[in-house]
Amino acid sequence: MKNFLKYREIWLLAGIVVLIGLISTRFPGFADPANLRQVFNDTSILMILALGQMVVILTRSIDLSMASNLCFTGMVVAMLNAAHPAIPIPVLIVIALAVGLVLGAINGFLVWRLNIPSIVVTLGTLTIYRGATFVVSGGAWVNADQMSPDFINFQRAAFLGLPVLSWIAIIVIALFFLVMTRTALGRSIYAIGVNPTASVYAGIDVGRTKFIVFCISGMIGGLAGYLWISRYVIASVEVANGYELNIIAACVIGGISIAGGIGSVGGAVLGALFLGIISNALPVINISPFWQMAISGSAIILAVVLNARGERRQGRIILRKAEAA
Amino acid sequence: MIGLDTTMDTTAHDGTIKERPPTPTPRLTLSGISKSFPGVRALHNVSLSLYPGQVTALIGENGAGKSTLVKIMTGIYQPDCGEIGIDGQATALPSAHAAFGHGITAIHQETVLFDDLSVAENIFLGHAPRTRFGTIDWRTMRNNAREVLETMRAGHIDADARLKDLGIANKHLVAVARAMSIDARIVIMDEPTAALSMKEIEELFLLIEFLKSDGKAVLFISHKFDEIYRIADRYTVFRDGEMVGEGLLKDTGQNEIVRMMVGRNVDHIFPQREPKIGAPVLSVSGLSHPTEFDDIGFELRKGEILGFYGLVGAGRSEVMQAIAGITRTSRGAISLDGKTIAPKSAADSIEAGIVYVPEERGKQGVVIGLPIFQNVSLPSLARTSKSGMLKLAEEFSLARSYTERLDLRASSLSQDVGTLSGGNQQKVVIAKWLATTPKVIILDEPTKGIDIGSKAAVHGFMAELVAQGLSVIMVSSELPEILGMSDRVVVMREGRIAATYDNKGLDAETLVRTAAGIAA
Ligand SMILES: Nc1ncnc2c1ncn2[C@@H]1O[C@H](COP(=O)(O)OP(=O)(O)OP(=O)(O)O)[C@@H](O)[C@H]1O
Ligand SMILES: [Mg+2]
Repeated sequence: MKNFLKYREIWLLAGIVVLIGLISTRFPGFADPANLRQVFNDTSILMILALGQMVVILTRSIDLSMASNLCFTGMVVAMLNAAHPAIPIPVLIVIALAVGLVLGAINGFLVWRLNIPSIVVTLGTLTIYRGATFVVSGGAWVNADQMSPDFINFQRAAFLGLPVLSWIAIIVIALFFLVMTRTALGRSIYAIGVNPTASVYAGIDVGRTKFIVFCISGMIGGLAGYLWISRYVIASVEVANGYELNIIAACVIGGISIAGGIGSVGGAVLGALFLGIISNALPVINISPFWQMAISGSAIILAVVLNARGERRQGRIILRKAEAA
Repeated sequence: MIGLDTTMDTTAHDGTIKERPPTPTPRLTLSGISKSFPGVRALHNVSLSLYPGQVTALIGENGAGKSTLVKIMTGIYQPDCGEIGIDGQATALPSAHAAFGHGITAIHQETVLFDDLSVAENIFLGHAPRTRFGTIDWRTMRNNAREVLETMRAGHIDADARLKDLGIANKHLVAVARAMSIDARIVIMDEPTAALSMKEIEELFLLIEFLKSDGKAVLFISHKFDEIYRIADRYTVFRDGEMVGEGLLKDTGQNEIVRMMVGRNVDHIFPQREPKIGAPVLSVSGLSHPTEFDDIGFELRKGEILGFYGLVGAGRSEVMQAIAGITRTSRGAISLDGKTIAPKSAADSIEAGIVYVPEERGKQGVVIGLPIFQNVSLPSLARTSKSGMLKLAEEFSLARSYTERLDLRASSLSQDVGTLSGGNQQKVVIAKWLATTPKVIILDEPTKGIDIGSKAAVHGFMAELVAQGLSVIMVSSELPEILGMSDRVVVMREGRIAATYDNKGLDAETLVRTAAGIAA
């Protein structure tokens, strides 16, 4: 049991429970299962995005272009849907994944082949992808009435008591869990983050692995693009502007070390949930946006402080996960 | 009664202490020190004294607790209990800064230096000379750095060079220079000779003699007995975290010390082999690099151990890294089993069947932060996984079988490698590459930092591997190891092959002369 308490995720989970408890005192019914399901659904997109960012951060890189990728891909699928409403939604999702993959591959290629630091590359593509959205749309919006009913309703359909959006998040979480704990790719990602030089000597292709993680974060950005647009039913150049910071914040709160090599799928998911609860629930109980920002900001700093202490005292958390596996 | 008790205490251990050495006042005394880590008792009730103008050797197997004690003396770790006295005054060393203030300086086993800073900055980090305005006085710093390097006869190191451009031996010298740059009264050296060849070791010894005559108290940690007997006056032996003996070296034989340290007799004889040498496996010709080596050509045959000897900086590691696909060459050909290969990455050469066990354990070898079993399986992930999915059970059994062969001391295979002692980390590194079942294995300083008993285990394992038809290249700066293990010896000097010898009646002197370029 003592080992159990060493998991950083447990503490984060406890924090979330306390948060929910506090909110319930002001807003009875917040802790009802139906409402919690709603909270999960509301946070699904952020969770997916945080997982995509996590694999990048684990390799000591960062992807600042995810929100712009989301915006661009969302625009592309929305325009496709407006022009050809007959294209089935699963096909649109595959297209979204592919477009996102291309944008991610561009980042990855620049990092891998030209050896440019990822923060520089993605700071550039952050602007470029948003600019490209303007170019393809001509600055116009795609509104709800231009979208097909299928396009809008697909993620809202209930399946076994949960909306499809929640199921998509669950599937993505499961896939990431599998990849990170049970595949050679996942192991290589951790190894690169912890000791890049030793990884080279061990025969891991560091450049190629980084390329792959950018492809993953790109695909995730694309998928989130479709989900976001069909959820908020508007596509514009302004979509998710600045949202990359929320994604990174979710990762940091979830205990993913910006220095690379440390972090887990569970952490990223819980970090996103925490942030999601703050931004979704606090307005409901009439807490001003400024307080919300202050709370999110404090959570980030608290998380960093706790993680730093945790690392110093007990080594890295992911390792114990692998041991338990 | 109580008085009697304490005297009993210092002499009771297996009767190993014949007499209390005549004692000047110790500069530093540690007594009753204990230190535990989660699940490991690293030190239990140990004591140690260091005397001015004397060198004390701290001896013990891998994991005996030597480096832990060094970290306590330098304020990095806090003991769970025990007393520290300096010049007879009880003190505490709550931080590295405090130890510094008492004039305690150390060269740690895993050197902690900064690759991106210059040599001078590395030497003076934390105590850089200041100008009147409180800013760093760069000119004085550079001059002082040169001076320190000069007194150590390491004037060939450029004070302005980036640290990462230096070879490992020179980095080591910078670490020594850093320790020297402080006006220290107590100097601790944790395996300072592990990466050095004979020439540098001689220079280091001159330096230690100088420190001695200057009245400093020196603690010297090494696994090499010839060095210990040459340089040290006293010894203290640890076994499994306990102090099991101390005394004057001139009264104590090596066998006796080994017995204290291991609890049994170990005579390190190199394994008797009947080499069955077959056809050439690896042949290298005309291999060149723009700046590091030129026109390297040799053949490695099946079942052979080929030793590579040379002074540090002769380019041996660089050649091996090129063969292993880690650095690129400008010219030359490598062929394996008659087929030309051009490895572009370590992955390529591992795939082809050549593995390189690197020399810089901390940076290139272990992935600190990952558990032992994941370290061992890292280059073999393709083999321990099936259609992309890892098989944890197979990873464990792979790790277990290789680490057991090498006599690894760890509480569990899920332990972070970073918590292992230096020598045990080295065993993990060797296990890691052996587990890839290569055709050719290149070992760069394989027994660096490994204790006498485990060294025999590594050598025995090497002998077994070649008996099974594997071929080994062994880069080593240790003459006994080169002479004891190799079938043939290649000597490199300044990036070129100086000579190749059959190891029949070969003597140390020939090798040293060839390596240094002095005609016989
Ligand atoms: N930070 C740590 N956490 C847990 N265990 C540790 C830690 N540091 C050292 N140990 C353990 O303490 C014991 C003593 O280690 P230490 O490094 O002092 O050995 P050593 O005598 O220097 O060995 P070597 O000759 O191999 O360098 C070992 O069992 C090691 O695994
Ligand atoms: Mg040690």
